[in-house]
Amino acid sequence: MFRTQPTQASMTFINYASREINCKIVYYGPGLCGKTTNLQHIYDSTAAQSKGKLISLATETDRTLFFDFMPLELGTVRGFKTRFHLYTVPGQVFYEASRKLILKGVDGVVFVADSQEERMDANIESLYNLEENLRAYGYELMKLPYVLQLNKRDLPNVVASADLSAELQRKGEPVVEAIASNGVGVFDTLKAVAKQVLTELRKS
Amino acid sequence: MANSPILIREQRYHQIKALLARLRLDASARLVVLVDKDGQQIAVHGELGELDTTSLASLAAGNVAATGGMAKLIGEREFPTLSHEGERESIHISVIGRVLLLVVFDDRSSLGLVKLRSKQVAQELAQAFAEVERDSQLSAADGSLPFGEITDEEIDSLFSQP
Repeated sequence: MFRTQPTQASMTFINYASREINCKIVYYGPGLCGKTTNLQHIYDSTAAQSKGKLISLATETDRTLFFDFMPLELGTVRGFKTRFHLYTVPGQVFYEASRKLILKGVDGVVFVADSQEERMDANIESLYNLEENLRAYGYELMKLPYVLQLNKRDLPNVVASADLSAELQRKGEPVVEAIASNGVGVFDTLKAVAKQVLTELRKS
Repeated sequence: MANSPILIREQRYHQIKALLARLRLDASARLVVLVDKDGQQIAVHGELGELDTTSLASLAAGNVAATGGMAKLIGEREFPTLSHEGERESIHISVIGRVLLLVVFDDRSSLGLVKLRSKQVAQELAQAFAEVERDSQLSAADGSLPFGEITDEEIDSLFSQP
């Protein structure tokens, strides 16, 4: 029998007429952690026929103002095209209201952590904020497809992965080390979350 | 809030498309799109051309969410309609429960006409979408979704060609 958890946020769209499954994935994390960079890399390395436009609602200084968005087509499962709608939220603390709006109807979340020592507090605050905002919609992080990405592993002042995971991991979710600026770990992260979202679809 | 996947069966989809087609004709509109409040496009009818309706749907939902947030700040529940008038093309959005009806029109029509016709079709669209939600709940409950038996291999195969 197919049934999602009662507090689960699965709002996947399945269209029998156009044979499509549409899912929403949100990249969350503190300001300047590399959420948009993740999307940009996916966009740059995907064939034109598999992607739509990358929409970036950004300030003049390239900080995300509302969200970035790109639709991505992965392939076909059981005759249905799988399309993932990838969103980022604005990371800066004062964009709280818009950040919360983007989480509505989310099927999976990627938390992009900034590995630099001085950003540890910002990571913790943002993760706490994610849990709060999900709860406001009746979603539980513990029940949602979720991946923790440790980004900026190439920088000199990073916290050891094990320490960062110990601090930020919530539920044994997959942890992916990344250098989003050159693409390392970006697709591994996307795969890890997309796989969980699709696995949710068959859960009984 | 419904928590099972939203499932649109063919018959329902064609019923919604027919409503959109009628609205497009009655309102002399260029394009009519039905969008879920979370940004998923449900159905579209009209002159598509090169228009990226997936992005349009996502931005319309973001727009409605943002103005809805503003409404709450000033003590309103939400703004039931939004219009954006351009030099040649304009957009009118009506909030119908958990779906958004977006009409793109030019000088072959007028805001007044689009508003009127959108309002006239709103009830029928709301009913059709309520049926979609009911179908979804039923399918979730009786296990008739096609993905109950997806294998790990099938999921993995999606990622073999990034």
